[in-house]
Amino acid sequence: MFELLGIPPQVLMGQLLIGLINGSFYAVLSLGLAVIFGLLNIINFAHGAQYMMGAFVSWMLLNYLGIGYWPALILAPLVVGAIGIVLERTMISRLYKLDHLYGLLLTFGLALIIQGLFRNYYGVSGLPYAIPPALQGGQNLGFMFLPNYRGWVIVASVIVCFGTWFMIEKTRLGSYLRAATENPELVGAFGINVPRMITLTYGFGVGLAAFAGVLAAPIYSVNPNMGADLIIVVFAVVVIGGMGSIMGAILTGFGLGIIEGLTRVFYPEGSAVVIFVIMAIVLMIKPEGLFGNTA
Amino acid sequence: MSTSENTKVALPAMTHTVGMPRHQKIIFVLLLGVLLALPFMVYPVFAMKVLCFALFACAFNLLLGFGGLLSFGHAAYFGMASYVCAHAAKVWGLTPELAILAGTATAALLGLVIGSLAIRRQGIYFAMVTLAFAQMVYFFALQAEFTGGEDGIQSVPRNDLLGMFPMSDDLTFYFFVLAITYGGILFIYRITHSPFGQVLKSIRENEPRAVSLGYRVNRYKLMVFVLSATFAGLAGATKSQVFHLASLTDVHWTMSGEVVLMTLLGGMGTVLGPIVGAAVVVTMQNYLAYLGAWVTVIQGCIFVVGVLLFREGIIGVLSRILKKPL
Repeated sequence: MFELLGIPPQVLMGQLLIGLINGSFYAVLSLGLAVIFGLLNIINFAHGAQYMMGAFVSWMLLNYLGIGYWPALILAPLVVGAIGIVLERTMISRLYKLDHLYGLLLTFGLALIIQGLFRNYYGVSGLPYAIPPALQGGQNLGFMFLPNYRGWVIVASVIVCFGTWFMIEKTRLGSYLRAATENPELVGAFGINVPRMITLTYGFGVGLAAFAGVLAAPIYSVNPNMGADLIIVVFAVVVIGGMGSIMGAILTGFGLGIIEGLTRVFYPEGSAVVIFVIMAIVLMIKPEGLFGNTA
Repeated sequence: MSTSENTKVALPAMTHTVGMPRHQKIIFVLLLGVLLALPFMVYPVFAMKVLCFALFACAFNLLLGFGGLLSFGHAAYFGMASYVCAHAAKVWGLTPELAILAGTATAALLGLVIGSLAIRRQGIYFAMVTLAFAQMVYFFALQAEFTGGEDGIQSVPRNDLLGMFPMSDDLTFYFFVLAITYGGILFIYRITHSPFGQVLKSIRENEPRAVSLGYRVNRYKLMVFVLSATFAGLAGATKSQVFHLASLTDVHWTMSGEVVLMTLLGGMGTVLGPIVGAAVVVTMQNYLAYLGAWVTVIQGCIFVVGVLLFREGIIGVLSRILKKPL
């Protein structure tokens, strides 16, 4: 086998795979943040908590109701998205006329409540969630071993990301959404129910976070704190990419995951901070973000 | 920092705020009286904790309440100052005032570096950038040698003040901490009620207009960011001397959230709000500690209720009722 810069290809490929997996989560989560931000103009601090809820709901479905992974992949985002819709209707919708910072503070408070409640009832040690039988085992690709489930996570996130991109950029519903992002009053004047669209958009963004949570459940242990640190990295991803473009959020997410994986090969000590360093560089060179268009 | 022509332009705005209004003088004297009596009523260590967090919240309020900048990463300055101060006292054997000074200087430097990057973005992006950089500082504290990782820096000695006065007694040390925090709070008051503070207010209210009036807005923002980080550092450094400890808690994002909570609860942009907010939050943590993770839930509820129904905060409401700025 060939070696690259003294790194065995198995190690390189293994870390690249982990990077791609992390990148999948970054992409799906930053996509959800971007969709919500586009229409609601708030940064959803509870996104990490809602990702965690997605994982927990699939765990509960399995352990309390005996509902397995595949239905949970649909049901958990629906359940968490519905909870998100209730939060939007009862609380977040009251803040649209105020400074955007209040939305951040409110969702931060919601994240504290959600995480605190789960920590009270389930502790912090983490709960196991088995890989579904259909995806156990792996493929030997010759140069590396690919566990089936990890391959599925990447495929599923790519499908969801591009599905969302297609829906927003290419369909009629998406055109309403883009129009409402530009000018909600005008869209409302054409007889489209903008408040309902906002509510559904929030539900959809939250559902995306929960979907990522279900995907994550068999990889990471289901833990009340699983979203808290992740969301800060996703914020950095969002600052790097800028939230102006859907495709930008997707590409930045995957790209940064890969860069993080490579850093773990060549300079392991730096892997935890590489995304923040990139954020600093982007702020120096192109403060509005790689794909950003607004300050 | 401010160029001469800027000072000239700002001067007329000052005419109505020359000196401290009489009711605020009375409040500051009363506050001093209460703080002098406090260690005889509650545990001195608890009283010192309240003081440190009051200064921390005032430093944060300087940035949010007067600069209009929401930083979600103030734990970075608080925590790093706490680490450096603890290291200086324990390994270098510095006296408390020098150790605290070392910690504070570190926070100022860190504030300068992070601030000069963060002010390139506005609004919620600014909040996210500061949060992300603070997380980077957290990872640094987790991995660096001198911070002791998960253990933190424990049993930090409290050396003799100026090399002469023993400070091991908590009651004696309380008055040193009181001098630092009260001085810090007065200094912050002075900043916010100076021509510099007036320019900050104008930037907060209408940034494009301040730019069109010829102010170098980014310089003012960076200046207030560094000042805020410095006082946050002063509070953090002092705290590590109070508790003989610097740990990851001080630099974690939950700490950044707590200082936002204190300021929001007490009243953003008020003089006394952060002090009251800090006292309430610290007291709550103290008496509800047995509830464990429920404290997080309660803090979250205060956030939600505060944002939805109570945006002026405790002092903001009082100030509206009394029709006097507090």
